[in-house]
Amino acid sequence: MTLPATRPLPARSKPAALSRRILLQGRYETLTMLRNGEQLILAIVLPLLALVALAVTPLLDGLGASRINIATPGVLALCAMSTAFTGQGIATGFDRRYGVLRFLSTTPLGKAGLIAGKVLAVLAVLVLQAVVVAVIALFMGWQPPLTGILLGIPLLALGAVAFTALGLLVAGTVRPEATLAITNLLWILFGALGGIVLPPTRLPDAVSAVVHFLPSGALGEAMRDALVHGQFNLLSVVVLLGWSFVASAAAIRWFKWS
Amino acid sequence: MPEPTAPALIIDGLIRDVGPIPALDGRMKRIISGVYLTAQFGQVTALLGANGAGKTTTIECAQGLQRRDGGTISLLGEDPDKPSAALRARVGVMLQDGGLPPSAHPLPLLRHVAHMYESPRSVDELADRLGIRAFADTAIRRLSGGQKQRVALAASLVGNPEVLFLDEPSAGLDPQARRMVFELIRELRDEGLAIVLTTHLLDDAQKLADYVYIVDAGATVAAGTVAQLLSQATSAEAQRTVTFEAPPGLDPAAALRRELSVSQTRPGSYSVTGPLEPSDLLELATWWAAVGVMPTSLHLASRSLEDVFLALSGTELR
Repeated sequence: MTLPATRPLPARSKPAALSRRILLQGRYETLTMLRNGEQLILAIVLPLLALVALAVTPLLDGLGASRINIATPGVLALCAMSTAFTGQGIATGFDRRYGVLRFLSTTPLGKAGLIAGKVLAVLAVLVLQAVVVAVIALFMGWQPPLTGILLGIPLLALGAVAFTALGLLVAGTVRPEATLAITNLLWILFGALGGIVLPPTRLPDAVSAVVHFLPSGALGEAMRDALVHGQFNLLSVVVLLGWSFVASAAAIRWFKWS
Repeated sequence: MPEPTAPALIIDGLIRDVGPIPALDGRMKRIISGVYLTAQFGQVTALLGANGAGKTTTIECAQGLQRRDGGTISLLGEDPDKPSAALRARVGVMLQDGGLPPSAHPLPLLRHVAHMYESPRSVDELADRLGIRAFADTAIRRLSGGQKQRVALAASLVGNPEVLFLDEPSAGLDPQARRMVFELIRELRDEGLAIVLTTHLLDDAQKLADYVYIVDAGATVAAGTVAQLLSQATSAEAQRTVTFEAPPGLDPAAALRRELSVSQTRPGSYSVTGPLEPSDLLELATWWAAVGVMPTSLHLASRSLEDVFLALSGTELR
């Protein structure tokens, strides 16, 4: 056996810069999401089906604006829920099961870098979804006001943050199979009855009173007020900020890495 | 920079509680109650113990993956409880379950992990070295256990670590892959890395480790080089074992001294253990001739690390 002191010490290894680690993790997660067929159906196909359905049926008639003008902001909100909550939640739940979160947290990326990378990936995919939905809606006659677009972009990002925090909370606290079930079920329930694509006035009375306080209803209403009327809906923004804060705090408190 | 003689890792009096456990009326259960370990640069340090002895918990505390409830840990001079990025860059980790995303392909994954470091190892060289190219086009979920293990080893090495943690590195490896991995581990040790590995396989410890810590029921119960551990045990009681295969139902004990213990581990497989002398072997051979039996196999062994382990902990490995 050789004495350790006789051997040279290994050279000191250094981490890549923080911004580079987070950006590259965001890119990696984005590409992983885009390569996943089920995720693409959830992220692009289902929102587009919802857009077409709302444009060809009379569900949104009599609300003071054209069907496509009322449908598009809600479908953009639905995109945020698809990617940030359901898609990201399921992916994180299974990453947790397979120990991917634990392994990556031992690299220089770390736990904070992992979460930052996930938020970046959600935002990147959301940009792609929004562009696809907006272009198709424009061909279908969508006419958003300029102020609405300027308001809509940060609102959509805020919605993505709230839903990302909620998705992480679910993924970090229950089994991945349960995450799959919960996030898909809530996607359907929020999508149909949560005020995200259908305005609260079109929902049963018992439901419409509460949807303003759900993340789905708050984001849907904020997007419609911005992109239909060019108005800033303060209550909805407060509700979304509240959900973001509560879900983040709960995720930080209860998220299990293994 | 640590002094040349400063250890890479010092674990002292580690304590870890889990719970609350409903079966204990909601009290905590102490699963680690006093593990100590020191790992030097340029050495392979093995944490040897049965499944459930606390090996993985111990090294996960050292990696910052689990909090500890008592004791101190110094990893490269820092407390790893909340490791900084600078510390994480100097430490490579191979988890027991791999921790690799199932849908990823080996090489893009390794390149991605390499991005997290300022001056990583060459992914291509690692892939060649560990034979990863042969299955580079296969998603990780479709790889065999041993193939996944090699990718996980490459992922732990890609950042050029100074300290390398390997949790059960030979699990799932076929003999050829095992030789390849062991050779690499020895080479890394010769490059000066401090390598800390856990194993429940005595053979791994005997083949690889410069220094062994035996952990049982959450505490370090013995430490030393393999030779030291063996000589401690043999000087206490110079035990040897003769095993031989012959037709079942024979009684060799009648022909041998009473100090020797004779057992039939399975029908036809006999084992004689004790302070064996050359004359005992002669007695045994005389007895074979008397009963007209030619053994189909014959093996003589001195005390193994397994006996040391058994004597220390009273439990079998595995």
